[in-house]
Amino acid sequence: MNLPAKVKVAFYWNASCGGCEEAIVDLGEDLFKVLEAVDIVFWPVALDFKLEDVERLSDGEIDVAFINGGIRFSEHEKVVKLLRRKSKIVVAYGSCAHLGGIPGLANLWTKASIMDYVYLKAPSVVNESKTLPKEITQTDAGDLELPAFLDALKPLGQVIDVDYYVPGCPPTPNVTLKAIETLLSGKLPPKGAVLGASARALCDTCPLNETKPEKLAIKEFRRPHTFIPDPKKCLLAQGLLCLGPVTRGGCEAKCIKANMPCTGCFGPLDNVLDFGARALSFIASIIDQRDEEGIKKALGPIIDLVGQVYKFSLPSCPLRGLIKRKEV
Amino acid sequence: MVVVTINPITRLEGHGKISIFLDEKGDVKRAFLQIPELRGFEKIAIGRHPEDMAQITPRICGVCPWAHHMASAKALDDLYKVKPPSAAVKIRELAYNIFMLEDHALHFFVLAGPDFVIGPRAPRAERNVIGMMKKLGAETVKRIVLTRKKLRDAEALIGGKPVHPVMALPGGVSKPLTEDDRRELLSVAAAGLELADTAYKLLKDLLRNEEYVKLITGDIYVHETYYMGLVDDKNRVNFYDGKIRVVDPKGREHAKFDVHDYLKYIAEHVEPWTYARMSYLRTVGWKGLVDGEDSGLLAVGPLGRLNAADCMATPRAQAAYEEMYSTLGGKPTHYTLAYHIARVVEMIQAAERIKELVEDPEITSPDVRSLPTSAPDVGIGVVEAPRGTLIHHYEADERGLIKKANLIVATQNNVARMCLSIEKAAKMLIKGGAVDDGLLNMVEMAFRAYDPCFACATHSIIGRVPLKIEIRDHEGRIIKVITNVD
Repeated sequence: MNLPAKVKVAFYWNASCGGCEEAIVDLGEDLFKVLEAVDIVFWPVALDFKLEDVERLSDGEIDVAFINGGIRFSEHEKVVKLLRRKSKIVVAYGSCAHLGGIPGLANLWTKASIMDYVYLKAPSVVNESKTLPKEITQTDAGDLELPAFLDALKPLGQVIDVDYYVPGCPPTPNVTLKAIETLLSGKLPPKGAVLGASARALCDTCPLNETKPEKLAIKEFRRPHTFIPDPKKCLLAQGLLCLGPVTRGGCEAKCIKANMPCTGCFGPLDNVLDFGARALSFIASIIDQRDEEGIKKALGPIIDLVGQVYKFSLPSCPLRGLIKRKEV
Repeated sequence: MVVVTINPITRLEGHGKISIFLDEKGDVKRAFLQIPELRGFEKIAIGRHPEDMAQITPRICGVCPWAHHMASAKALDDLYKVKPPSAAVKIRELAYNIFMLEDHALHFFVLAGPDFVIGPRAPRAERNVIGMMKKLGAETVKRIVLTRKKLRDAEALIGGKPVHPVMALPGGVSKPLTEDDRRELLSVAAAGLELADTAYKLLKDLLRNEEYVKLITGDIYVHETYYMGLVDDKNRVNFYDGKIRVVDPKGREHAKFDVHDYLKYIAEHVEPWTYARMSYLRTVGWKGLVDGEDSGLLAVGPLGRLNAADCMATPRAQAAYEEMYSTLGGKPTHYTLAYHIARVVEMIQAAERIKELVEDPEITSPDVRSLPTSAPDVGIGVVEAPRGTLIHHYEADERGLIKKANLIVATQNNVARMCLSIEKAAKMLIKGGAVDDGLLNMVEMAFRAYDPCFACATHSIIGRVPLKIEIRDHEGRIIKVITNVD
């Protein structure tokens, strides 16, 4: 597919923190170059185009739609379906749209239990009438509408067909630029490709890689607040649960350079369906213990395994929705 | 019934929407600011390793991730009852002041600046960053942009990434600073001071214009509410630490408390038409969306902090603070547009504090971690986010996992007052069904002062909050559309 000289681009955000927009603004001077090459037809956070303007476009008239954030409200679902119809290419931008992101951890709980805590049980809340936000509120002046809070958060690919992904929480300026360059080049990779990042694991390009032992053998994992690691040595070899070996590279190892382990925001390598399962299998493979007791000891400090291996990708787990935490 | 819907679709830590209802005479009956945004971070927290909270909570807001990162770090210190080494506290405070300066500068120069520098009544096409370039000169604007980049790079140097930093741990920070880092940061400090100076000079020029002073002190943008902010042991403004002080609408101290007692003073109200909880003073009570001494509504952020403190913590900021109150006719000041002035005063303090900290010999000490020795229990931490007081409260279970979390986010503290501001602007501008085109910018200015939104960042491209007002008749037909998009 060849893209025209002046590419029509749309940006949209769902349940996101705004970090993905900051990431685009952080392109700095390069942003102005990008803006020269494209014609923005929809960017509700920055430009006053309305949904009606998008509805008026012919199907497929938008060349590329960049969509960030997970799908958490009825309004998000509506908008992304419309954007899908109007766009030749849809790009899921950032961890939330890609895999569900940190807000996806809310899927451990039901919608009702979230509303219950936030509006009734949180210690600072005073709510004797047990008021909950609702879709239509009648007031003496007229009806007020709110979008519906959905049962769970979904990454973009579970709601519409996605062509490409840009990983990261947020994607780094370099990754964003490379992804945009790929899209503007007209030489498009196969559908489903992850743009802008590396095809190799973060571990392969980590500045600490040469200190990684040939065979990792962990007697016992350790948590970051419990010891001071040697900043010049592989963090994983020191017992920190660094997900660099199973996480896509391209982030320039920014967290590791700050002496903190990789938590997997760039997601899995090609052909890995379930990031958490891959991470678990990797963890199992490096434990240097022989019996069940030993394995228990090795994993002992890692109590919240879900929060470690699915920190950015819980809604993408094929078991999604099947397990809900018991209310206590 | 005529319904006016303003759908600014700008970020109020989420998307925001304004609905205005007119009565039969065409006057404003009610106006509502709705926040259609919920992700449930307090539930997400449950079951997590506590130390992960410092990386999870910044995802609440990618515009002020540093505020959550620091509030979390302090709640974690408290949770494990661990005292970070002095150098670690200084590194945190340094990073935090850099963030505060960068965030305030973006708002002042790019978002709010054009209204005043170009003029509130100037053609919309000029009231943006390009207009700023013409007025201030391309060279000045370029320096501002470069300094912002320098500040963002400094955040990355200290914390890994500017958006979603990773340095904070219970008991300290993950990385000490080297002498090379300090050299780099000295140049950041110099550029920061210059940036604050540029803002201050610009502001002083603006305040020489009587028309602007009249606009600021006019009766559209004023609410007599309580004010809240962190102060140090001398009641000076502090962004990173201190006691929470509340003053009443007369400026008298209403309360001064340690954050551990926050539940005695702060409560939150729920309305069915918005997903945002609204903070108020428990000690005064919820009296609805009204101002005055009998209503517990609060203002936080730059204006809240300056009103709640006795003075600034650094000399040049103090001079600017004194000038602000003398220009506005005393303290406290209830003018919402004074947020812009207070923001510049705070930029000066942040810049001065950056310099002090970078020049502190201890800042390069390798001793930046204390290891927790006790089991996690209850931890409460507070910082001043650029937009106001931010509280993180965690409790751990017997396995050491988070079992309960409560987050009082800056915008929650301000959201009730924002509702007042919007309703007041609407009521004063819409009469007898005649919607003045000036309403748009006047409404923009009513909530822009609070810097509630992400629009500030993306705004750099176009320099305005995009607004569209649709006026519908009782059958829902659009009878008039007003927009600020040309």
